[in-house]
Amino acid sequence: MKLYCLSGHPTLPCNVLKFKSTTIMLDCGLDMNSTLNFLPLPLVQSPRLSNLPGWSLKDGNAFLDKELKECSGHVFVDSVPEFCLPETELIDLSTVDVILISNYHCMMALPYITEHTGFTGTVYATEPSVQIGRLLMEELVNFIERVPKAQSASLWKNKDIQRLLPSPLKDAVEVSTWRRCYTMQEVNSALSKIQLVGYSQKIELFGAVQVTPLSSGYALGSSNWIIQSHYEKVSYVSGSSLLTTHPQPMDQASLKNSDVLILTGLTQIPTANPDSMVGEFCSNLALTVRNGGNVLVPCYPSGVIYDLLECLYQYIDSAGLSSIPFYFISPVANSSLEFSQIFAEWLCHNKQTKVYLPEPPFPHAELIQTNKLKHYPSIHGDFSNDFRQPCVVFTGHPSLRFGDVVHFMELWGKSSLNTVIFTEPDFSYLEALAPYQPLAMKCIYCPIDTRLNFIQVSKLLKEVQPLHVVCPEQYTQPPPAQSHRIDLMIDCQPPAMSYRRAEVLALPFKRRYEKIEIMPELADSLVPMEIKPGVSLATVSAVLHTKDNKHILQPPPRPAQPTGGKKRKRASDDIPDCKVLKPLLSGSIPVEQFVQTLEKHGFSDIKVEDTAKGHIVLLQEAETLIQIEEDSTHIICDNDEMLRVRLRDLVLKFLQKF
Amino acid sequence: MDPECSRLLPALCAVLADPRQPVADDTCLEKLLDWFTAVTEAGSSLLLLQENPCLVELLFHVLKSQDLSSRILSFSLRLAGIFAAQEDCFQYLQQGELLPMLFGEVGPLGGAAWTAPAVRSGWIQGLRTLAQHPSALHFLAACGAVDTIFSLQGDPSLFVASAAGQLLVHILDLVMRGPAEGRRSPQACDWPACAQKIVGHIEDSLCSTDIPQVTQALSVLTTAFGHCHGLWTQGLWVRLSPLVARLLEKDPVPASHSLVDLLLSVARSAPSSDRDLWETLAQTLSHLSPTQAGPLALGILKLQDCFIHRLPKDRRDSWSSPAQSRAGFILRTCSAAFCHLPSGLTLWILGHPVPQVLRTQAFGILLQPLACVLEAAAQAPGPPGLLEGAAADSMMVDTLLSSKSACVGLLCCALAHLGLLQPLPQRPSPWPQAPLLGAAVTILRLCSGSAAPTSDVGGRLCAILVGCGRVQRAALDFLGALSQGTGPQELVTQVFSVLLEYLVSPESSSMVLKKAFQATLRWLLSSPKTPGCCDLDPHTQLFLRELLPVLQKRLCSPCWEVRDSVLEFLTQMTRHCGGQAGFRQALLASEVPELTKQLLRDPESYVRASAVTATGQLSSWGLCATPAIPECPGAQQESLLVELLHILSTDSEGFPRRAVMQVFTEWLRDGHADVAEDAERFVAGVLQAASRDLDWEVRAQGLELALVFLEQLLGQRGSHCPYAVALPETAPPGVLDQALQVLCRVQLFEFAFRALFDCDRPVAQKSCDLLLFLRAKAAPCGSSQEAGDSPNVASVEATLQRWQAGEQGQPLGYLEPGAVVALLRSIDLEGLRDTLAESSDHVEKSPQSLLQDMLAAVGVLGENEADCY
Repeated sequence: MKLYCLSGHPTLPCNVLKFKSTTIMLDCGLDMNSTLNFLPLPLVQSPRLSNLPGWSLKDGNAFLDKELKECSGHVFVDSVPEFCLPETELIDLSTVDVILISNYHCMMALPYITEHTGFTGTVYATEPSVQIGRLLMEELVNFIERVPKAQSASLWKNKDIQRLLPSPLKDAVEVSTWRRCYTMQEVNSALSKIQLVGYSQKIELFGAVQVTPLSSGYALGSSNWIIQSHYEKVSYVSGSSLLTTHPQPMDQASLKNSDVLILTGLTQIPTANPDSMVGEFCSNLALTVRNGGNVLVPCYPSGVIYDLLECLYQYIDSAGLSSIPFYFISPVANSSLEFSQIFAEWLCHNKQTKVYLPEPPFPHAELIQTNKLKHYPSIHGDFSNDFRQPCVVFTGHPSLRFGDVVHFMELWGKSSLNTVIFTEPDFSYLEALAPYQPLAMKCIYCPIDTRLNFIQVSKLLKEVQPLHVVCPEQYTQPPPAQSHRIDLMIDCQPPAMSYRRAEVLALPFKRRYEKIEIMPELADSLVPMEIKPGVSLATVSAVLHTKDNKHILQPPPRPAQPTGGKKRKRASDDIPDCKVLKPLLSGSIPVEQFVQTLEKHGFSDIKVEDTAKGHIVLLQEAETLIQIEEDSTHIICDNDEMLRVRLRDLVLKFLQKF
Repeated sequence: MDPECSRLLPALCAVLADPRQPVADDTCLEKLLDWFTAVTEAGSSLLLLQENPCLVELLFHVLKSQDLSSRILSFSLRLAGIFAAQEDCFQYLQQGELLPMLFGEVGPLGGAAWTAPAVRSGWIQGLRTLAQHPSALHFLAACGAVDTIFSLQGDPSLFVASAAGQLLVHILDLVMRGPAEGRRSPQACDWPACAQKIVGHIEDSLCSTDIPQVTQALSVLTTAFGHCHGLWTQGLWVRLSPLVARLLEKDPVPASHSLVDLLLSVARSAPSSDRDLWETLAQTLSHLSPTQAGPLALGILKLQDCFIHRLPKDRRDSWSSPAQSRAGFILRTCSAAFCHLPSGLTLWILGHPVPQVLRTQAFGILLQPLACVLEAAAQAPGPPGLLEGAAADSMMVDTLLSSKSACVGLLCCALAHLGLLQPLPQRPSPWPQAPLLGAAVTILRLCSGSAAPTSDVGGRLCAILVGCGRVQRAALDFLGALSQGTGPQELVTQVFSVLLEYLVSPESSSMVLKKAFQATLRWLLSSPKTPGCCDLDPHTQLFLRELLPVLQKRLCSPCWEVRDSVLEFLTQMTRHCGGQAGFRQALLASEVPELTKQLLRDPESYVRASAVTATGQLSSWGLCATPAIPECPGAQQESLLVELLHILSTDSEGFPRRAVMQVFTEWLRDGHADVAEDAERFVAGVLQAASRDLDWEVRAQGLELALVFLEQLLGQRGSHCPYAVALPETAPPGVLDQALQVLCRVQLFEFAFRALFDCDRPVAQKSCDLLLFLRAKAAPCGSSQEAGDSPNVASVEATLQRWQAGEQGQPLGYLEPGAVVALLRSIDLEGLRDTLAESSDHVEKSPQSLLQDMLAAVGVLGENEADCY
């Protein structure tokens, strides 16, 4: 059993598991941190961005000034943003049988895999994951395609040139594999390969293994996966949450008794408690708005935004903010808000019960109804007519490199009355802000990451007790900036095995058993013999038939009558040689009784020695040694076959034959 | 006993003895017992029983009846105990063999009723009351009660078990305090048999391997040393201390909590010259685990209180500080407690103070967990003797790291114990203020995760403590307590920095934040003033500049507890520093005043109340939100007054309205500019709003405001000291007339008279006091004939009578000053005051009423049949 690690990002995993005869890809995350190296794509012409000076080498050489621009001491690539794909060289991805998707954030690289690697398998995901994943992809494609960029920078990727560049461009890894965003056509094609599954549904893969999605409590339709054969169980935990937010709670019990537990997708900000962060978010929002400033919340169109809107629903009236408009701008805003209301069976119990009242499960419906929350596909069109300040705007993309958020950063960045509040934990907020410097607006970092923290992981592992834990290497040591925080790492016994990008792990357990069916007529012919209470044995001679990972014992064919012909026998006609078998022996030899028997039969001067594995009986006179061990007995004598046979028969008296 | 009660008693006894008429209310039986106790204390029990034979009959009946409730049986046992407490009555009851039947083996003791805990409890309490004289002792011995008491010590009912232990101590004390006490040697060999038996039982229990039994013995001894002051306790300790010391040889020490209680009890009562005791204490300290030893260490360090009276009397009389006065008070109480004892005994409680070595050892135990933390978190090996005598030992480290609960428990206890010691006069000296400050700061940093210890122990401590709210709260409390001392500037800077870290951190829970604000306030108020300048020192000013943005953010917190804590902090800060330029500048440059004002409309009533207090305080210092219209500086202030009046008249919750009344009273008292501008209109408006309020506290506060107004018009009341003799000071006639006119215009009398008949007694009392004060000022010795001079007095009196009867709908109308004076003279305010001073149930509390109630409850009294029951 092997694990091929195609992504080094702990929360955007992409691993391939070879288990029995199957090749299973676990998630398909896309690392978008690469986009932070690019200049933002402004929706509206930005004189500031277009007038940024080109970057030149120390010696004044300016051959890169078309590709690289400088802003407040940072250098950015002036080109369409590109993404860092999972490893495609480590394993032939056309051999992947299935892809299991855990949640909509972990499927963003799917089109790259399904459309460009010769992949012919099936993708399994829950319906909300697919629908919301589609929205995320659609939004991403829309953000990038609606700001066409004539220029495409590639010179800087040259290895010799790259090392001349300043950090972080210099240190960017595998830039040659970075790719532009996929198209909607590719998205549609990729999504068409998905087969929808429900929680606890058992899916057979070629009869070899069974995969089952379990609720992981992190997002709508988010799942952990159980991959099991008859005697082995691998659990794949990715992006789980034990907090009470909108999704169905996490199913922990089904993870018990795993041989291997692959653990990914823990919280990215283990020191920030989501509740405190929500409090911080509300306080800063209110403080800004009360002072007449605007609040910008860069966010994804689904996920935490639902919980934030719910908190604000409860908070705005009490904080006297009822008259402040809330805008949600995304090409998929409408679909996201509506989808959230229709996946009732994927929601937590409280929200499910609301559906039967009937009420919309999320209160943002009421916010929309009362005109407190308005949503628009983009800043163009209706929004520009309705726009009123001070206001709160939720919009993407959290990287601040594309999407409507770029416009608001340009618009509001100059006033210290305004605030940008980062709630998504995926990007470093300082790096995200770098191309907007100097910036007057206030920046607040309240990352809300509801995924498991290390205390919860420790409790979870104690509860489910896997034999082995496998996790990204980042989880096996404290964060580099807080090396003393030994509480911020996985602490389990035996220590977790760690992986990093482009590594192949041999998982630390051997398969010992395989289930074999026995045909009824063969079973009928068996004559079991009870060798001790509750244990019966029978010998069996049969043909092992293996097809589609199913093994069946069939009765051996009757010996064919010799035909006498000279026809060459076909291989399949070969009949196994049925030798006359010696009887099988079982039981153990009680040494004291054995010695007494020897004495009765005239052997004297017997000595018994204990050894690590059993006993040695020394017949000093006969110069013979009988070595009795758990599963063997040896009689060592000096070329005296008579004596050996005599002794053998005495030994056999203590054993059962069948 | 009054004849009416005697008349009702037979009927009551019949009811009690009748199982078909259950007494519904247990408290009636308790009251009845209280009454019988009072009656027997006042007179002869024997006479009582002879005059009321129904009582003895009741006791006999109870014994015979099979189906009586356990409550009545318990009551009867206790009642018999009350009667038998007097020796002659005891003999009387003995003649009838009543007592053995009640308390002996033939009584409830052997029957089914004994399964009820109430009966067992009644049996013990009956004996406890009865055991007052030598005859009782003989009786106890004869009926074998002591053995039963022994067994009841392990009763499943904790009340019974505890009462059994106390009864044993009482019997022991009674036996030993007999007439022979003076002659009896402290040595236990010649003690009476009963005492020997009890002590033998305690000895057996102490040697037992059964821990509950050891605990029982220790509890009995703790009670004995805590409550009995006879010389015999010394002998008891001499006899039992070896057994107690032997408990220390066991590992783990059994019943350690009880052992600590006992040792402290002995230490507080026994002669302190007993070196063995100090040695036992020292041994115990070293044998107990760090968690168990903490309370003992604290107890030892607090022991100093007991020895204060060793000072010569002439020095005691000259004590003036509060701590000294307190010590003097303790001493006087002690003296009073011992004055009835034979002379010389007072000397017995005198002794040497706790040996310094022991105190050092005890202090070391309290300091050790903190020393351990300091050492573990130190970046480099610190200077030796950081906490002298408390170097972190491996056992302490093991305890701290053994589990989160052990670590948290130990640190919280150490911090709490040290926090308790800090303000005491007998706290160890020198007090290691600087290391303690360092330890508190370090613990807080470990809890927040901001400390970066390099050692392995430090790293593990950090992992255990990070985010632990309990330790954070304890450490913040302790840090606040340490503000009373000084510290090196560098440490003080660290203190402010860690406090700011907590105030800023979104991870601080609301409770932690509250504690952080409290600690910050204490440190800010104790920070040194710049010499020659009344302003804040530069460090504090710097801190304030960083603090105010935090306050702004916290005032917008979605958690109401947080908003409330900030407002409380702001109020206190403004109260103490409102006049200091640095504070004023920083505050006015921030948005805090504006945000505070916005919270007057907060959805949470507690927050609104705190916002009212805060804005009131800010406004008093001219720090309220800057005027919206620059050319009209008064507009904003006036709007605050209007806004507060609006809250007073419309807020649905009581807390904000009470807060408004308090602010208004303060404003009036301090001569707030906007109030002083037209105080008359202000008072009239406030009283009008307060008089309609449903909350009695608002009305009572209205009277407080009225009183302030009165004092401003007529001059101060006499000294506030209740014992000072103040001569009535009348106001000069001219001033008086004018004042009365004003009071009439603001309708203060209507308010006060209405309050006089308020259904809530505190309001009525306050009003009565106010009117009495007014009468003393206005009409001290005029003749009551003047009352008729005013034409509308009669109608006013009629209205007042209706008010008194509960019909308060009709207004009083405009009152002339003359009529007021007349009214004040005509109303019997003193009588009213006395009536109000009685508790509300004084009529119903009489024994007669009690008996009637009990009879009425079961329908025996015919005239009450149509009662609301």
